[in-house]
Amino acid sequence: MLSFIGRSVIQKTITLFFVSIVSFLIIHLAPGKPSQVNPMNPKFTPEILERFQKEFHLDKPLYVQYLYFYRDLFTGKTVSWKDNQSVLLKIWERFLNSLPLFIVGTLITWTLSFPVGIRSAIHRGGIYDRTATFLSYLLISIPGFFFAYILIIFVVNHFHVPVIGMETFGITNASIAHMIMDRIWHLLLPSVLGATGGIAILSRYVRSQMLEVEGQDYIRTAKAKGLTPDQVHYKHAFRNALLPFVTMFGLILPGLIGGSVIIETIFSWPGMGRMAYEAILARDYPVILTVNFVSAALVLAGTFVSDLLYLVVDPRIRL
Amino acid sequence: MNHAEKHIDASDYIEAPLAPKRTRLQAFGRMLKQNRLAALGFFIFVLFFLCAVTGLILTSGTKPLFNPAMVRLEEKLRPPLSKPNLKALRPDQVPVLNVYLMGTDDLGRDVFARMLQGAWVSLTVGFVAVGISVFIGIFMGGIAGYFGQHHIKTIHILFCLCLIGGIGLIWINAASAGTALLLLCLSSIVFLLSARDKLPEKARPVWKGILLGNAVSVDTLIMRIVDIMLCFPSFFLILTVVALLPASIYNIMIVIGLTSWMGTTRFVRAEFLSLREQDFVAAAKALGIGNFRIIFRHIMPNAVAPVLVSATIGIATAILTEAGLSFLGFGVPPPHATWGNILSDGKNFIFDAPWLTFIPGIAILIVVLSFNLFGEGLRDILNPKLRERH
Amino acid sequence: MDKQPNPHGTPLLKVENLKVYFQSDGERARAVDGISYEVRQKQTVCIVGESGCGKTVSSLSILGLIPSPPGEIVGGEIFFSGQDLLKLDEKAMQKIRGNQIAMVFQEPLTSLNPVFTIGNQIGEAVYTHKPMDAESLKRYMIQLLSDVGIPSPEQRLNDYPHQLSGGQRQRVMIAMALSCDPALMIADEPTTALDVTVQAQILELLRSIQQKRSMAILYITHDLGVVSAIAHWIYVMYAGIIAEQGNADQIFRFPRHPYTQGLLASLPGRSKRGKRLYSIPGSVPNPAYKPKGCPFHPRCPHAISPCRKEYPDMCDYGHGHMARCPVLYEKREHSE
Repeated sequence: MLSFIGRSVIQKTITLFFVSIVSFLIIHLAPGKPSQVNPMNPKFTPEILERFQKEFHLDKPLYVQYLYFYRDLFTGKTVSWKDNQSVLLKIWERFLNSLPLFIVGTLITWTLSFPVGIRSAIHRGGIYDRTATFLSYLLISIPGFFFAYILIIFVVNHFHVPVIGMETFGITNASIAHMIMDRIWHLLLPSVLGATGGIAILSRYVRSQMLEVEGQDYIRTAKAKGLTPDQVHYKHAFRNALLPFVTMFGLILPGLIGGSVIIETIFSWPGMGRMAYEAILARDYPVILTVNFVSAALVLAGTFVSDLLYLVVDPRIRL
Repeated sequence: MNHAEKHIDASDYIEAPLAPKRTRLQAFGRMLKQNRLAALGFFIFVLFFLCAVTGLILTSGTKPLFNPAMVRLEEKLRPPLSKPNLKALRPDQVPVLNVYLMGTDDLGRDVFARMLQGAWVSLTVGFVAVGISVFIGIFMGGIAGYFGQHHIKTIHILFCLCLIGGIGLIWINAASAGTALLLLCLSSIVFLLSARDKLPEKARPVWKGILLGNAVSVDTLIMRIVDIMLCFPSFFLILTVVALLPASIYNIMIVIGLTSWMGTTRFVRAEFLSLREQDFVAAAKALGIGNFRIIFRHIMPNAVAPVLVSATIGIATAILTEAGLSFLGFGVPPPHATWGNILSDGKNFIFDAPWLTFIPGIAILIVVLSFNLFGEGLRDILNPKLRERH
Repeated sequence: MDKQPNPHGTPLLKVENLKVYFQSDGERARAVDGISYEVRQKQTVCIVGESGCGKTVSSLSILGLIPSPPGEIVGGEIFFSGQDLLKLDEKAMQKIRGNQIAMVFQEPLTSLNPVFTIGNQIGEAVYTHKPMDAESLKRYMIQLLSDVGIPSPEQRLNDYPHQLSGGQRQRVMIAMALSCDPALMIADEPTTALDVTVQAQILELLRSIQQKRSMAILYITHDLGVVSAIAHWIYVMYAGIIAEQGNADQIFRFPRHPYTQGLLASLPGRSKRGKRLYSIPGSVPNPAYKPKGCPFHPRCPHAISPCRKEYPDMCDYGHGHMARCPVLYEKREHSE
């Protein structure tokens, strides 16, 4: 067990190292310069440009820049080029904004997908299954922002509920209960939107796993023992079908940073996705690189967690 | 028991009736009949394809039948099926059939014509992007799956690193360092050639042993590359590259293709790993058939099934990605029209001219839906395990 | 049908004219096409036949385990202790499964749930029909495991299926089947997936269990050697029908159906050493495309033209020995 953990950590660290190199190269080798050092930019005089270059070591060769950047990253000193704030602080702020969206979305997705998928599998071919299948396909195929706009128009016109942004402007003067309700209203639509696509995909996957498990011999044995259908489906079949999902659970970790640029843009939600998007536009290298690094670290941590979970949950794999 | 000794000749041997033979096409047709959704998907896919081709013909050239680029500022934001204001237009500005089938956009362009043109462009984006990703995926997956156990020697890795580093440095005009690295490359080649000596392992000096030793297997190397690529959230990667590169339709296609080959690689590798152990490969090897012929002629046709499924679904995803990129402003630049373009242009007028959003949105929905349905249907058809469960 | 000589009592299980068809891809596969057989108390009845003859399907239909969208029981009755099982609803069937009729399957590794311990799975089988407290349950399970010959049963209870050998897993399956003292045990090729030496041990185990618990066994196999070792009564199946039935002596020494004769002729044996081995020409028909008349006629050396048109009736040779071949019946009567 320990050797597995050790090997895994080493491999993942090496991968992270390579990811950092690749992302660094992509950013710096792409044509175009950050707006702050672009000689065409009329806002900055040549002296400011030069100072900027010196400050951020942009005149040094690439590998030196690389070392400087990561030294700053690990000591927490990286600073955004756009507004001179500490990058880590910025990320943390936006992360806190994205977090409720992420949690609510994930909760909705995972709690709804399983019952839908299981019921579809057990009553395969029936009305429920066919309807659920069709709806899933519909939700997967609809362009995200199109669906968002339809939902917004519908909700605003029928329920008169505020949807844009994280909270209604000026609500800080209202009572706590109002504020909480307001927050919840604002949270609802974006997370539901994000969740629908997830539910569609996940429930299909649950269904196909359940179908595969239901066809196994040990389900036949369970029936032959005289167990009730509930025991057969939920104790025997589901427990086996659950295995890949436990591992998937580890992989939702990267979603923390990912967020969805599109949803955040539509709802003007000040989250991680939008920050990264704006950084890309402004060629704010420190922000882009840091976000990239953190997200890669999360992906690797996520795969590590899911490998561990798989070890724990499947008795056939014991190291 | 004397019939055991009876001489059995050909006339006595009556074959018991077997199931009628079915060609692949018949099996395909039968499966489509059963899985109605997949059949619908296939039908719409064919329809879309025909639309795209006719659309291309009808809207290209200098005097096209439906002109997507004709700007008529007097006719801004007309609803669908409205008649053009003949008094305000020049004769060549009047649309065919004297009606705006799908209305006009904010520049007065005929939406129907733009949709026709956009069909072909969206289709191309989808197919080219998926083509690239499938090509890379099959290549990488095949090599990882088939040659997986071959090891790469340390000296080979050093050689490649020096080569890439040397070229890179020269490109950045660090000429001296670059040429130094390239010389290192040459020396390593020389070393390799000379290292084919007959000394037994133990007699080799230690440094030679390390340099010529196995560093990493092909399989590990390729899967690590896949892992690295997977660490980048795909949409961000595409967004990053597209935002940094000059906007062009080719860039978008290539970038989407270059960032989605990982799934195919995994599938192909898994299939190759299992197929490689099968008896037909051993039989082919025993007949003396060379490696590449085995890969392409024998194993590949069997491994293609999951690739087809993911390719079909990949086209759908590529079209959706392009729509998303257009929404953020990084889609295919004008004057090309794509459905994503039209949709995202329409978002500014959603209350005044909802048809600008709804028409392309629903069109994308139907086409992507059909691809997804068809892809899932293909998966059911091509999956022998699932077939029996019917 | 009730001409079986009867040292063993009244029929425990009586299958009458069972028909099970499978619908898929526009084809209707007639897996079981009107078979009738009986099992009496304390008796071991063997159903012998090649793969695809429908023997497994018939046994699964006793317990109602046929997967229902493709498969369907279209006719016949299955009487168990007087009740027609096909008329019972699901809840009543659950009370019988594992309790009065138990089944052992062919592949012990895939037939046990890989994520639960042996103790959990056997305990579940017991608790469903005989609830008892944890202590007694554990003692009961240990007793069961030692009855089936598994060493150190207390440790085994906490093991997972993949930690046991094939033979041990099959013993566990048998223990699960025995747990509620069933009157009938259906064993569907339980030793096919095991080594020959283990096979002999399992057969011996089954024989001793049958003696001790006065249980009836319906044993399904394609292995004539196994049949000769344990069968009190034999039914030979081919392409969904019963071709011949009788006791071991009658079947092995006086086979009266061309299929049985062909099966026995193709067994390798010392007397045939050095000679060419016989095999029945042709192959088993696809259940969806069975020939008209007698299903065996395309491969039968005795086939005459009525065989191609009329489905043959069973012919009685006395003492319960019956064979579905009028042609050989005629020939026998003429020669004697």
